[in-house]
Amino acid sequence: MIRALQTAMGRSPIGDPLDTLSDKPLAVRGLTVSYGDKPAVFSLDMTVEDGSMTAIIGPNGAGKSTTLKAVLGIVPRLSGVVSVFGQPLAKSRPRIAYVPQRASVDWDFPTRVIDVVLMGLSRELGLLRPVRESHRQRASDCLERVGMRDFAERQIGQLSGGQQQRVFLARALAQDADLYLLDEPFAGVDAATERAIIDVLKGLRSEGRTVVAVHHDLSTVRDYFDHVMMINVHKVAEGPVAEAFSEENLQRAYGGRLAANLMNQLQLGGH
Amino acid sequence: MGGEFVMLSLVPILIGVLAAIACALPGNFLVLRRQALIGDAISHVVLPGIVVGFLLSGTVSSWAMMAGAAGAAVVAVLLIELIRRLGRIEPGAAMGVAFTALFAFGVLLLEQSDTSSVHLDVQHALYGNLESLIWVEAKGWSSLFDPVALAGLPPELPRIAIVALLMLVFTVLFWRPLKISTFDEGFARVLGMRTNLIGFGLVIMAAIAAVAAFDAVGSIIVIAMFICPPAAARLMTNRLEAQVLWSVAFAVFSAVMGYVLAGYGPLWLGADDAVSAAGMIATVSGLVLALAALYGPHRRSSGSPAEG
Repeated sequence: MIRALQTAMGRSPIGDPLDTLSDKPLAVRGLTVSYGDKPAVFSLDMTVEDGSMTAIIGPNGAGKSTTLKAVLGIVPRLSGVVSVFGQPLAKSRPRIAYVPQRASVDWDFPTRVIDVVLMGLSRELGLLRPVRESHRQRASDCLERVGMRDFAERQIGQLSGGQQQRVFLARALAQDADLYLLDEPFAGVDAATERAIIDVLKGLRSEGRTVVAVHHDLSTVRDYFDHVMMINVHKVAEGPVAEAFSEENLQRAYGGRLAANLMNQLQLGGH
Repeated sequence: MGGEFVMLSLVPILIGVLAAIACALPGNFLVLRRQALIGDAISHVVLPGIVVGFLLSGTVSSWAMMAGAAGAAVVAVLLIELIRRLGRIEPGAAMGVAFTALFAFGVLLLEQSDTSSVHLDVQHALYGNLESLIWVEAKGWSSLFDPVALAGLPPELPRIAIVALLMLVFTVLFWRPLKISTFDEGFARVLGMRTNLIGFGLVIMAAIAAVAAFDAVGSIIVIAMFICPPAAARLMTNRLEAQVLWSVAFAVFSAVMGYVLAGYGPLWLGADDAVSAAGMIATVSGLVLALAALYGPHRRSSGSPAEG
């Protein structure tokens, strides 16, 4: 019954073979998602290398966030297979941490910063296990890593946008995962927050963890990421930044005039 | 004083308090999910359910009508979801369509069927019959320990007590999934929570509370108690745990004050008749909300994060 439900919701049945790529942190084959009649993502393949930091880029409406959400089972997929560390999503959830778009939640929700971070320990706490001092300490340490320890007792609505984003990142750190999926972590944050976040993400990579982020600022792709996944409903390009983040690919992803402006900004010619 | 109070007022007050708590508990999550109107919807659609239950069973057996009401609530929830998906309209509009249509159907059904012999009419549906739920066997406080007298308690009391307990157990047991999926549904899904199931479970719980409370106190209180105590409580605190406790306190206060004011208020003002207890309880809960909105310590306008 549960299995049938999962299949109906578009989750892959247990044990789908994903050929030789199946032990990668994330492998997607033939992913198609549609809202209504229009496909948001069409027949997308994607492979994320172990210990890499990958940017998913593309124009507005290209299906970047949708790809992430479909991979995580937040939105149903019409077709496609997803494997995380060689296993279907249902088995690999404990190894995944997720940072949603900041605007996707109601920040007026009556809860404090520390409570949000403790949500990252949900798997351990289960339904009824009490929150102990050790849990609080771990949550507090995660806040420290994003420079937010002093805000632990604040109501989340009292934070600035950048501070809210850092709290979301701290919650993901509390999940202690191997694969971090972030949806526009740098959108609308101040410069200090952007530096704090990228430092934490690079720290995760140096610990051997894998980071995938939907990203919108093309000017920072080279500085922040080592791999790039370029999409516009279809996959346009995928690979190390040095190879895939090329003028030709950007033009294919973003199209004509917009791309010309971008090129000037990025001064891609020199590379 | 004691004997008269226990006979005439104790049971209605207890029923009012328990109904208020049963509705306020799930109401906290409904309000935070912007689904508060679903309580309104459910309390309206139970009318056709109760009539159908009566017509099918041919008696005013409470259980038949409760079953009909519960069935109607489930039909309404599915109908709202269906209208929302097929019509591609916002949830509030879907609820509006579903509950007005079903309530109207209930009124027609009630008019056409022969229910004149029984106590079943539109007014009862709205205001309930709280004042009539007296404990005839009671002789005083000692009756609380008298098995014979206890056997004569109106059946509405144990029924709403069980439902209030059910709401309490549900809220405590599923506290974390309810909280996390209400705050951040996407994150809850990534944790592996069945957010659809949690949302549906919450609505079913709300439906059970609405049906049980409707049976005793009518839909006015149900609508008021789903929304007013939780909304007022939100203005008193910034923590969900404290909010739920405040909402229970406000629900109890509204029920007790409303009943007392309805019974004695008009007399104090020199009028002869008492007013509807259900109406007064709902009014008090509205006043509590108004006071909280004016003086509550956490009534920041929503959605505007402080800079810093």
